[in-house]
Amino acid sequence: MSPPRTIAVLKGGRSLERQVSLASGGRVEHALERLGHAVAGIDVGPDLVTRLRDARPDAVFIALHGRDGEDGTVQELLEALGLPYTGPRPAGCAFARDKVLAKHLMLGAGIPTPDFLVFSDTTLKEMGAADALPGIGERLDFPVVVKPARSGSALGVRFAASPEEVPAALLAALSYDDKVLVERYVHGRELAVSVLGGEALPVVEAVPHDEDFYDFEARYTIGRTSFHCPAELGDEQTARALELAVRVAQLLGLTDGSPRVDLLLEEGSGALHVLEANAIPGMTETSLTPQAAEAAGIGFDELIARVLERAR
Amino acid sequence: MSDSDPPARRSARAEPRRVDAARAGSAARDLERYAGLFAQRTRVMTSSAMRDLMAITERPEVISLAGGLPDTSTFPAETLAAVMARVAAESSARALQYGPTEGMGATRETITGVMAAEGARVDPDEVLVTTGGQQVIDLLCKTLVDPGDVIVAEGPTYPGAVPTFSSYQADVVQIAMDADGMRVDELEGALERLDREGRRPKFIYTIPTFQNPAGVTLSLARRRRLVEVAHERELIVLEDNPYGMLRFEGEALPTLLELDGGHFVVYAGTFSKILSPGMRLGWAVAPRPVLAKLNLAAQGATLCPSSLAQHVVNAYFATGHWERYIAELRELYRRRRDAMLDALADHLPPEASWTRPSGGLFVWATLPEYLDTTDLLALAISHNVAFVPGRAAFLDGRGASSLRLNFSGSHEDEIAEGVRRIGDLVREQVELFATLTGHRPAARPGEPEQPQARSDLADVLALPQRPHDGRRRDAR
Repeated sequence: MSPPRTIAVLKGGRSLERQVSLASGGRVEHALERLGHAVAGIDVGPDLVTRLRDARPDAVFIALHGRDGEDGTVQELLEALGLPYTGPRPAGCAFARDKVLAKHLMLGAGIPTPDFLVFSDTTLKEMGAADALPGIGERLDFPVVVKPARSGSALGVRFAASPEEVPAALLAALSYDDKVLVERYVHGRELAVSVLGGEALPVVEAVPHDEDFYDFEARYTIGRTSFHCPAELGDEQTARALELAVRVAQLLGLTDGSPRVDLLLEEGSGALHVLEANAIPGMTETSLTPQAAEAAGIGFDELIARVLERAR
Repeated sequence: MSDSDPPARRSARAEPRRVDAARAGSAARDLERYAGLFAQRTRVMTSSAMRDLMAITERPEVISLAGGLPDTSTFPAETLAAVMARVAAESSARALQYGPTEGMGATRETITGVMAAEGARVDPDEVLVTTGGQQVIDLLCKTLVDPGDVIVAEGPTYPGAVPTFSSYQADVVQIAMDADGMRVDELEGALERLDREGRRPKFIYTIPTFQNPAGVTLSLARRRRLVEVAHERELIVLEDNPYGMLRFEGEALPTLLELDGGHFVVYAGTFSKILSPGMRLGWAVAPRPVLAKLNLAAQGATLCPSSLAQHVVNAYFATGHWERYIAELRELYRRRRDAMLDALADHLPPEASWTRPSGGLFVWATLPEYLDTTDLLALAISHNVAFVPGRAAFLDGRGASSLRLNFSGSHEDEIAEGVRRIGDLVREQVELFATLTGHRPAARPGEPEQPQARSDLADVLALPQRPHDGRRRDAR
């Protein structure tokens, strides 16, 4: 175990996932204290640099989610300050945060991801892209899933069952980001594989009790979702899911921290599709990554210790 | 940033270890363990995207039109200091002691005095002092509602009542409103339907005056009819009246309590909007058998309302300043209401409509049905302005294209700026939707809008049930 040090934990901030981040950050702080470190929790705001200077941390643990925290922004700042920090480097964060970018990279590398089209504020408002909307049905078939390119916790994600439902779904998604992807809907089981130190942790399956769709509410309410870890899959499917997750993490440059790759196991065909990767996944009581670590015999404190070890 | 800690304040070496140290790192087992212990009623008590979004609105750079807050900044500090000094000097032993469950006699006298100013004659024996008006809703649910029982409420209803109704596992039926308040004809239709289905509503929850969130007021004719319906069907009506004193114009209407004559109306009052929500003092007036049950329920909940707060309130009302203070509040809020209505007329597109409250704290605006105000809130927050999405006021997924705007808690220039930002975003969304659907060319930004006729607001609140897409559940 590493010697006691002073660790700054970055949490909160102004992203839409602020509350989730505060919960993640709180748990991380407690774990670090139990590990014997001196902890300075910092709710990220305009005084961040001052507070970091005051705290004089040996390393910074990033428990921020969403905009600014997970997209490389705060990482670039820590690079400028010369402070070691946990989790992926700025480029990995930027690739993972932008689902469109990540999916293009995956397609290029031959990693299966549901077919998709991209629309943006610019193409819609200034290039007449609205006339291309009929192409959605021709290319993807309905229903489709409409998602902001950069958003977490399923915020702004809508289904469109028919062409008539597309405009309102686009409008909703465009409230969170100026770039939106329209993705083929894959009906199947929701899986998540976290990667720690280049090794995949056991597959977690999230089974919401009520909702057909694993939405925000189901994600963060204890007792609303059942988690199965390790997920009940065939050996071959398990191996394939783990392999895909490791490949995606490498591809996107998510070599540090405990990134999480979300997959769908398509009903019927049994095909695996990668949806997205999360550079800094949640560490709340209901989050998937801590559960996966536990299934691998890695307790929460040890998970945090291992992530911290690799801070640089 | 109140929840953050000073640098390196906590060191595990210097302080006792946390109590949770022993069970570190058993997240999944913890989940299962607690989930197994939670009562059935918690299944409907959920986190929601909206609640998390609302948390961001508390940041100082955000103009929040989301709160339901009275402006307590104008309350004279010296008055409060004098009142509290007097309580400390003259009654400290009693102010620090437990009191009767029903509240001190002096408080109930104060309350009957306040109610008399609104035209309602009530005997102090009919009053139960509570911890805010909110507790009256809770106590009445506790007293009347078994799981699955029906509560009839307005649609939209007070967002703060939603978790209360949910925690008692009530089945809430919401009745549409228009500019004259609850559609009592629809209420009768709904009661008929419930009758046929063999479901008996336990009570009808209404805020007849300057409703939260709709801002509208139940007309006299409808008040009369509502009380008749209650008598005919022997149903309790919970009249929640936090805002009645905050009338900016027009004649005051009689409360349902007065029209009822003490048979079926339970009345909830509060000091929150006429003095201070920080006092946490409200009251119930109820028919005696109901009052007795409410009293028993209150014993189990809080034993008694805060003695200290009661002493302060009584001492303050004894000074006689309170009517002048309320007159000041009325004037302050009226100007803010005007600022909001002016800004809405200036900045919202013709596709939007809104209510014109004659008092209270809120305006309810309704946007085209393709706009979802929860998503709009996310966008608004990035422009540092916030409101309450309409879904918070419904239990059935309606309200998605409406929003509640508070005018009492912000200065006039903030209101104007906040509404301008919201208006700009709504216009952009409306134009974008037109572009997406190709139905009509997007209006050029800055193009002058035709002022919309505002005479008929009858359909502002008539919100059709949104078609269910079969997948997405609406977060509340």
